[in-house]
Amino acid sequence: MTMALDLHVIWFGLVGILLTGYAILDGFDLGVGALHLLTRKDEHRRLMINAIGPVWDGNEVWLVTGGGALFAAFPEVYATVFSGFYLAFMLLLCMLIFRAVAIEFRSKLPGRWWRQMWDASFSLASIGCSLLLGVALGNVVWGVPLDAQHEFAGSFLGPLNPYALLVGVTTVALFMMHGAIYVALKTDGELHEIARGWINNTIIFFTVCYGLTTIATLLYVPHMSQHMRDYPVFFAVPVLTMLAVANIPREIHFGRDFLGFLSSGATMVGLMALVAIGIFPNLVLSRPNPELSLTIYNAASSPKTLTIMLIIVAIGVPIVLAYTSSIYYIFRGKVKLDTMSY
Amino acid sequence: MDPVLLSRIQFGLTISFHYIFPPLSIGLGVILVLMEALYLKTRNPLFQQMTRFWVRIFGLTFALGVATGVVMEFQFGTNWATYSRFVGDVFGSALAAEGIFAFFLESGFLAILLFGWDKVSPRVHMLSTCMVALGAHFSAIWIIVANSWMQTPAGYHVVQSALRSRAEVVDFWAVVFNPSTMVRLTHTVLGAWQAAAFLVLSVSAFYLLKRRHVEFARTSMKIGLIVAVVASLGSLVTGDVSGRVVGRYQPAKLAAMEGHFPASAPAGMYLFGWVSEAEQRVTGISVPGMLSFLVHGDTTKPVTGLTAFPPQDRPPVNPVFQAFHVMVGVGTILIGLSLLGAFLWWRGSLFEARWLLWIYVFAVLGPQAANQLGWFTAEVGRQPWIVYGLMRTAAGVSPSVTTGHVVASLVLFTLIYLALFVLFIYLLDQKIRHGPLADDLEVAYHRR
Repeated sequence: MTMALDLHVIWFGLVGILLTGYAILDGFDLGVGALHLLTRKDEHRRLMINAIGPVWDGNEVWLVTGGGALFAAFPEVYATVFSGFYLAFMLLLCMLIFRAVAIEFRSKLPGRWWRQMWDASFSLASIGCSLLLGVALGNVVWGVPLDAQHEFAGSFLGPLNPYALLVGVTTVALFMMHGAIYVALKTDGELHEIARGWINNTIIFFTVCYGLTTIATLLYVPHMSQHMRDYPVFFAVPVLTMLAVANIPREIHFGRDFLGFLSSGATMVGLMALVAIGIFPNLVLSRPNPELSLTIYNAASSPKTLTIMLIIVAIGVPIVLAYTSSIYYIFRGKVKLDTMSY
Repeated sequence: MDPVLLSRIQFGLTISFHYIFPPLSIGLGVILVLMEALYLKTRNPLFQQMTRFWVRIFGLTFALGVATGVVMEFQFGTNWATYSRFVGDVFGSALAAEGIFAFFLESGFLAILLFGWDKVSPRVHMLSTCMVALGAHFSAIWIIVANSWMQTPAGYHVVQSALRSRAEVVDFWAVVFNPSTMVRLTHTVLGAWQAAAFLVLSVSAFYLLKRRHVEFARTSMKIGLIVAVVASLGSLVTGDVSGRVVGRYQPAKLAAMEGHFPASAPAGMYLFGWVSEAEQRVTGISVPGMLSFLVHGDTTKPVTGLTAFPPQDRPPVNPVFQAFHVMVGVGTILIGLSLLGAFLWWRGSLFEARWLLWIYVFAVLGPQAANQLGWFTAEVGRQPWIVYGLMRTAAGVSPSVTTGHVVASLVLFTLIYLALFVLFIYLLDQKIRHGPLADDLEVAYHRR
């Protein structure tokens, strides 16, 4: 393994950053969706939807841009993964549509069954999206059958192996925890207290799932920890991740919701870093024939395209980050309902 | 049915449905900029009310555009994996650039547009409106760059590796400004402006006919009419140039658009007609030499016909012919309607011409039809190629995807999109019936 900072390695990092950005940002609004049915009051549900109202579609853009970046930088991965997991992705896309539409339509009419139908769609679709995203990540870690043409050669149900499902459930737990903290951050009064209760429960839920996933990974997916054994300095990553998790209840206890939210975001960075360290330089591991894996070298676009895209990113991303953070700053503080609200 | 045909149907269905919404966002973006600028200039609360009403309509079309657009971003990978492997180096960059330069801008500032009235100053709100409109246009730029490269590929070379051959970028700017980009971009954007302008005309005409929100409707209609006139006349000019570019770079498509079979002969232009591909004949009324004139500026010069191409390289003729001719017909009617409206406005009798207002109520469907048919002409006319002259559509499909897979997803999308369409119409109708709110007249901006 060469660690030279070539274009391929840079793009491995950039795609990772885009997907991590997606996880942190869409993670909280998917989490809010997953928690949605836990409160029965219409006002609470409206507050929760309006807490993510101004930002959810911008968050989803990270997925779209991540997909575009994957297409541009690693077209072989883009082609293999999306055609290989065809039905799973179609299901994910349909649930993303349902979610978007539910947010948009739920509060447009006052009828009870109308709202209950969209509430259920919103929440189940949010849980389903989180689960499928996690299952996809689980398969990347576990490995999938590939043939010599880089085509997926497995069965339809293959991606639903127990390990991938465990990663899927862990992702749901992680997003619920992240979403609960976001609800606490954006609300006050009764809903704020309810959200604090959710935070406690989801931290426990996540910690249990995370523990199980870690054990399963060490036992059944030994290649994921190979680089850490080779370069012990990487042990800092899981340690820091665990500290970040442990810090969340502390910040919440002292009423510092924002720091708790940052801590939860840091947890996600740590987890994504762990995955990245584990799979490098593979992007899609071939199982059982690792020599057929898609790597950052055999799946990449030409150096010329990687350079052009790097320039595009260097110009575009700082601008995006600047105005995105300004917009989050403008919408800081507790959410209130008014005539323009959902 | 094989996965190729099913995947084509699915792509056609999902892109057609998606394409109801982006033109409205692009065009409404421009109209919102005009309305809010007028408010900042005149401080007349009516313009603020208008801005706030149309922002709500914009929000609805944008949400559906995002929801259906995510599907498009991934469908190249799911159904057209071999295509994606072949073009990723070139085509993927344009899609990624679209995300970075357009989608973030649009969705980010839309938050301020929709929910930021009481959180930012009027200038910052105006800036956000401009950014949203700019984002919508940027997204048109990059997606047209990508699509135009499929029509008239440039700036690449094909590289053979051990596993497969693929197209790689040689000259990025030649990819971006490939021969058809500029004319297709302007034609598409003007079509989008038309779509939004006629929506504004339709809603305003409806209010005037019902004698509701009269002042609001009159002013909205004037703004809509100005945009409609500019966009309709612009579409005529860019459409003409576009025809010439197609004739030069995709002669088989142009021949199919006019059902022109002789390999090399002067060609007329049909007003309407029906193509018999078996007899290689068109039944209809044509203006002799017109196509030759439009392409070469000379009615006697020959135009390359379909028989110059082997049968396996020809697009389906009659569907392309019909789509093209109905588009041109609708476009002509729209030019007439906009100019007529402008004339009556100048004469001062626009708002009394109830018959024209009734036509405007329904004319909103015109640009939608023309936009859909224009894309149909462009994409079906490109067949049998997925990248013109480089890769056949049938060769681009995903090998690992089966007929059963695509049937399942196609049924799923059909059902969901039907439901979405009903909901969209229902909610649009609700918003229109609800009309501009009295609240919208109050100064809601944040004051520092």
